[in-house]
Amino acid sequence: MDSFVAIVQVLDSTIRLSVPLLLACLAGLYSERAGIFDIGLEGKMLVGAFAGAAAASVFHSAFIGLGMAILISVAFAMVHGFASITHRGNQIVSGVAINFVAAGSTIILGQAWFQQGGRTPALQPGERFEAIVWPGADAVRGVPILGPIYSELISGHSILVYFAFAMVPFTWWVLFRTRFGLRMRAVGENPAAVDTAGISVAWLRYRALICTGVLTGVAGAYLSMVQNGGFVKDMTAGKGYIALAALIFAKWKPVNAMFACLLFGFLDALSIRLQGTPLPIVGKVPVQFMQALPYVLTVILLAGFIGKAIPPRAGGVPYVKER
Amino acid sequence: MSTPYAKLPAWADYGLIPLINLSVAFIVAGFVVMLVGENPFRAAVILVQGAFGRGTGIAFTLYYATTFIFSGLSVAVAVHCGLFNIGGEGQGYIAGLGIGVVCLAFDSILPWWLTFPLAIIAAAGMGALWALIPAYLQAKRGSHIVITTIMFNFIAASVMVYALVDILKPAGSMAPQTRNFLPGAELPKLNWIIELFGAKIRSAPLNICFLLALIMAFLVWLLIWRTKLGYEMRTYGHSPKAARYAGISETRIILIAMVISGALAGMMALNPVMGDQHNVALDFVSGAGFVGIAVALMGRSHPVGIVLAAMLFGMLYQGGAELAFEMPAISRDMIVIIQGLVILFAGALEHMFRPYIQALFASLSPTSVGIGAVKGKGA
Amino acid sequence: MAQAAIELIGINKSFGAVRANRDINLEVARGTIHGIVGENGAGKSTLMSILYGFYQADSGEIHVGGKPVSINTSNDAIALGIGMVHQHFMLVDNFTVLENVILGAENDALLKSSIAKARSELERLEREYGLEVDPDAIIEELPVGLQQRVEILKALYRGAEILILDEPTGVLTPAEADHLFRILKQLKEQGKTVVLITHKLREIMAITDTVSVMRQGTMVATRATKETTVGELAELMVGRRVLLRVEKGQSEAGAIKLSVKNLTVKDSRGVTMVDDVSFDVRGGEIVGIAGVAGNGQSELLEAISGIRHAVSGEVMLEGRPVDLTGKADPGELRDRGLAHVPEDRHHVGLVLAFEENENSILGYHDDERYLKGPFLNVDAIMADAKDKIEKYDIRPGNPRLRTANFSGGNQQKIVLAREMEQDPGVLIVGQPTRGVDVGAIEFIHKRLIAMRDQGKAVLVVSVELDEIRSLSDRILVMFAGRIVGEHGPEATEGELGLLMAGVEHQEAAE
Repeated sequence: MDSFVAIVQVLDSTIRLSVPLLLACLAGLYSERAGIFDIGLEGKMLVGAFAGAAAASVFHSAFIGLGMAILISVAFAMVHGFASITHRGNQIVSGVAINFVAAGSTIILGQAWFQQGGRTPALQPGERFEAIVWPGADAVRGVPILGPIYSELISGHSILVYFAFAMVPFTWWVLFRTRFGLRMRAVGENPAAVDTAGISVAWLRYRALICTGVLTGVAGAYLSMVQNGGFVKDMTAGKGYIALAALIFAKWKPVNAMFACLLFGFLDALSIRLQGTPLPIVGKVPVQFMQALPYVLTVILLAGFIGKAIPPRAGGVPYVKER
Repeated sequence: MSTPYAKLPAWADYGLIPLINLSVAFIVAGFVVMLVGENPFRAAVILVQGAFGRGTGIAFTLYYATTFIFSGLSVAVAVHCGLFNIGGEGQGYIAGLGIGVVCLAFDSILPWWLTFPLAIIAAAGMGALWALIPAYLQAKRGSHIVITTIMFNFIAASVMVYALVDILKPAGSMAPQTRNFLPGAELPKLNWIIELFGAKIRSAPLNICFLLALIMAFLVWLLIWRTKLGYEMRTYGHSPKAARYAGISETRIILIAMVISGALAGMMALNPVMGDQHNVALDFVSGAGFVGIAVALMGRSHPVGIVLAAMLFGMLYQGGAELAFEMPAISRDMIVIIQGLVILFAGALEHMFRPYIQALFASLSPTSVGIGAVKGKGA
Repeated sequence: MAQAAIELIGINKSFGAVRANRDINLEVARGTIHGIVGENGAGKSTLMSILYGFYQADSGEIHVGGKPVSINTSNDAIALGIGMVHQHFMLVDNFTVLENVILGAENDALLKSSIAKARSELERLEREYGLEVDPDAIIEELPVGLQQRVEILKALYRGAEILILDEPTGVLTPAEADHLFRILKQLKEQGKTVVLITHKLREIMAITDTVSVMRQGTMVATRATKETTVGELAELMVGRRVLLRVEKGQSEAGAIKLSVKNLTVKDSRGVTMVDDVSFDVRGGEIVGIAGVAGNGQSELLEAISGIRHAVSGEVMLEGRPVDLTGKADPGELRDRGLAHVPEDRHHVGLVLAFEENENSILGYHDDERYLKGPFLNVDAIMADAKDKIEKYDIRPGNPRLRTANFSGGNQQKIVLAREMEQDPGVLIVGQPTRGVDVGAIEFIHKRLIAMRDQGKAVLVVSVELDEIRSLSDRILVMFAGRIVGEHGPEATEGELGLLMAGVEHQEAAE
């Protein structure tokens, strides 16, 4: 029974750790499907986390915080669009730039506004998103097997967690069942086809980047307003890059993205859980090995040793009308 | 990366436009300073004074610049071959492992001038190795080198944590770092050079790596513009098809360029490890690999430009420390913002002002601007 | 006669210093097939792109159905019932036919109703015009001819009354082209107006009602097709009495220098582009390969020069075998005396960002003349570049100038100077005068003949039939990846044209 509880706990933290990855990964899916590489997911998540926590603590409202997180994150996405769509700049360089501006400005502004060494004040109840307890969760806790699954795994998460998982089918639906999704997929494959069909390539890509900004904003808000109760400098700690890895791992498909993020989240949860405890058969596994595993797996996948990850064809190339 | 070939005079191309881009980056940075309630002009004065006002400041500026010259050269060599090596951070970090092993093994038996060459080889070798794998995967398996090098930064970080915490940390110590090196692995300081000019230096880490960096800058210039190999790298960087036509092996040139790039990134670890801290500690690279991207973009991938850009960033690092002291609202992270803005305006938005400059030149002399002006702009 | 479907009045369009269209007037009658012919670069595609809203004219008026209109985007054109089939298909390769058809013409924000509508529309179009295609097929899995059909369906689905086709047969097999023409005639019968852009005169004669000729950005004539001849059109297109024949003596063919046997080459998609080709080139002769673009000539050149690996075949260079199926690379072939002037000088033959002198050693940068150990011998390279500039009259004569700043003709001379001055035994040249001004053409032709007279083996591939006829001592015709015939230089355009068109090549061989 103990081991079952342990498993449920690991799965529970898997969900919690997967959520920011999933949101950022879906965010990346919108922009990359539209043909814009985005290694600035990390930075946009970071500014989202900062803006969310800062606004929540100043205005004492979780929802104002969330709104601000989205707003600022979208603004950064627009900078990326301005550089890579309007001015046809190098998308990778632009993404790198955004990550630096985000890393620096969150600390500088945080220190200037709150004087807590780059932190925002700890969020009070009402300023953060609380866990939602589902009806009957406490009552069934004692029921074997199903009880813990219902009360721990399904119930007891914040609204952003449910939002993140709801975004998976939603994104699939947008991508494959709506006009916007059709055009977005087309512009990521062959922007000239979209252009000659009388659709603005630039505006379409900007809209995709707005979606990206919204989702990275929510991802950031989750980090600072759910997981942590306040902003801490560099709190994304590479999650934007893991999300990017998950996106490649998922071959740019929404449902795959969820599984990839759950896998990476699970590895993370496991490494926390196992810290120092020896495993059967393999013995003691260094924590660092578990932490590096997502990156190693992505490298192996990219090298084509397990299937082939083919990115959207027009990805990374600015669209120029041919003469 | 297709660049519109505009007929602008060289001085405008290599001087005016970068200067405008840089100025815009600093103006935006100035707004951030205003946003935190300080006076940007006063901040600039403090910054420059902090960097060059006293001998110690100059020495620190050059010390920081040393690392950035290496990382800037690393990025530039890859760029000339059409590759974006974003993995300098990890290559430099992992190189610390090589340096550490050499220093720990020989610091008690060899003098510094024998340890140093061995450490250079170890640093360059480890850095090169860490770049070689992504290079191989790009050349042979077609994996995108940007993504792979990013992944390798994280893998390097995990490897280093493991190595420092589980292997190299002396028994009984809490800090995740190696023991301090003995004098056999401490590099001589260069502060006396600045003192020659009459300045006083209390203690600053400027060391012989600075000279090594300048030598490497010269060698990179020689490599890129004066050797057959450099010619081949540039050919491939501009046009892989032309390289194929010219009989240049794609695999070979990608591997060589990345190995050189990685070696240069690895060598940047010598400066802090052997010149200053005298140990290998967690996160000792602290972003210097990424600064190289800004340095290379600003220096337009030319060694002279890179040395100048590295000096500028050295100044920002040193002056920034003084600034943080004088203006508590501004910490050294201000530099990270400036770095980001430089990358944004000198890199991703490098052509933003070009049409206007071209229009200006066209209005001054109608014959000097031709078709290029149109190619540059779109619908 | 019905009123004009399209009327263009005084259209001007410049790209920087280049005037692509000057003062163009054109009237296309409703319910006709109207051909527009002209050489490459005559401004046909630019004009049609203006009509389709892809570019905006600098000045001029467009009338559609008798009313003046302004067409600023492709959307405007589509709304006016204009559809375009581009030379390079504007299709999303990993989409289905249906998805491509509805892209940009969806009913509403959700796809469901659009897909249902498109499915029934496609059925109707299939019935009416014989445009048969599986709506659920993925584009990249369809042959080129069907992909083009999807482009036509796209235009019709959007209610196009006027259909513009830009060089539609360039990528088609003869059978596919025939099928296309049947479809176009059917469209005409249904009252649609078709504008056909091409540089192939035979197509014009076969299916158009009216033909307009463009030359160097201007509209030089419009004729009823019945009242004109291929000869007249050709003369109007070229404007001069077809290429001046370069003076050349009898060839004195010597030993075989390049021998190709059973060479087969596939492209990156795995399609066989060169199919079991055999021929010899002797010292002291120019062998020309004629053919419509896309019949395997490019792949043949790439394989012989080592750029693309061949699948199989035996090739002898100066009497010694070379393995082109994977071992030989362009550098090795160069060392063995094979020089190559590639078709695409902008991306292959030159590095446009380089200085002129740097390009003058491209491919020969291994040569010890240009090196001092691992270093470039800058003085020697400069002296060599200046020498070539003088010999080949390259202008401006500044070896430090960026190559992109030279004109097309001078860029081609840079490549030719580099390849010819190496004194190769075999010279292969792809499209020697593409995008080159008239003066330079003559110079280049004379140089090629001088090479021949020095006893070199010269292989020329060109889509310009006149060029081939003027230069060659022997003419091979390539069609669908095969050599379908051989003629002497006295062969008429008609004879060669039949071979190039792939018609009755069995009879021609007899």
